[in-house]
Amino acid sequence: MASARSRSGGIFEEVNPVLEVRDLRYELPRNGRALVDGVSFSVGAGETLVLLGRSGAGKTTTLRLLNRLLVPTAGAVLIAGQPTAAVEATQLRRRIGYVIQEVGLFPHFSVAANVGLVPRLAQWPRDRIERRVRELLTLVGLDPDTFAARFPHQLSGGQRQRVGVARALAADPPLLLLDEPFGALDAITRLELQREFRALEGRLGKAMVFVTHDVREGLLLGTRIGLLDAGRLAFLGTPEEFRASSLPEVRQFMEAA
Amino acid sequence: MLLVQHIGLVAISTGIAVLIGLPLGVLAARRPGWRGPVLALANVFQTIPSLALFGLLIPVFGIGAWTAITALVVYALLPIVRNTYAGIAGVDPAVREAGRGMGMTEGELLRLVELPLAAGVILAGVRVATVVSVGIATIAAAIGAGGLGVYIFRGVAAVDDTLILAGAIPAALLAILADALLGFAERRLVWRSR
Repeated sequence: MASARSRSGGIFEEVNPVLEVRDLRYELPRNGRALVDGVSFSVGAGETLVLLGRSGAGKTTTLRLLNRLLVPTAGAVLIAGQPTAAVEATQLRRRIGYVIQEVGLFPHFSVAANVGLVPRLAQWPRDRIERRVRELLTLVGLDPDTFAARFPHQLSGGQRQRVGVARALAADPPLLLLDEPFGALDAITRLELQREFRALEGRLGKAMVFVTHDVREGLLLGTRIGLLDAGRLAFLGTPEEFRASSLPEVRQFMEAA
Repeated sequence: MLLVQHIGLVAISTGIAVLIGLPLGVLAARRPGWRGPVLALANVFQTIPSLALFGLLIPVFGIGAWTAITALVVYALLPIVRNTYAGIAGVDPAVREAGRGMGMTEGELLRLVELPLAAGVILAGVRVATVVSVGIATIAAAIGAGGLGVYIFRGVAAVDDTLILAGAIPAALLAILADALLGFAERRLVWRSR
């Protein structure tokens, strides 16, 4: 099952499917209400699973259960066949890329320092970090010579999120989690980034879970769509199947699109 | 000389207050349950009039410099604790979320992100604590701790204006100087974190 180690080594060998989620459940500590209610899916390398749903459907909660920012009440998350519960949380997260809507770049770090954060924590040699940063900035469409030394407050919203994506990719993780990454951007920038992201998906060959409430974005970027409704997966299938589906939850979404 | 004594009292007590107050501020920011008690305690200390606090401490610690330093530490705590708490709590939650999500430990978050970003605000607290300490330290002379207050009290007793001013003016200048120096450092730190 295991093949060659991934480029930067690490705790997950290359196994397909990269991510497996079984009967995942999360109950709120104070009242036991289930925000995620028995969700199962798997994502392979090169696949992007879009988690679609209205506000409060459990999309962000599900995502945060994957990198253990939240601890599941029941069920299992396996990455490369290994249960995440068996791995120390911070080590786990360093092997998962995480991109959030607000971006969260460190304002007191340069762009290069932001992108190179996880490699720095992993104590990569300095020149290796520098090379990797340059490589990634180019990948996300930012000229390293112009942008590496800039600070977040000098960047536009779109540029910041490009840095955010570069940062998530820095340690070459097998899995990428994205929580409405383009949600805070203006429509034009959003479209631009969506299109570039689609091209990037093909090149990177990573497993991705992409949370959004925007149907069009989901249909554009997903290899598969998972529609969450009140903590359950009402639909799981390809974009074509989604469009053709007659399930009421799907129709509701398509109508509102 | 008395000026050196005065500076010594302020420096030592502020230093100790930082050593105690900074961790307390961090704790208050990290554990929501601690915030109320920590801030309330520092607040209580602040409300006790200084001469009264000296009076309360003398039976326990005797007269002299260490009693004064204890009291000065108590007064320096509130600005330092409160500003540390405010500085850390004021860090953009998205930054903290991104940091945790990428696999930073709590220690790494504190060291690399929260403290650098809060540095300006924390230093502002230290500045307030220092200036207040310079003032209260003048009263320390009344309990045998030395410092510029000695001139002031002797001058009052002897009805000698020159003597009074010999203590009062340097004390005032010291406060202004400390405020200016720390204010300068604070502005530089705040600018960097923006």
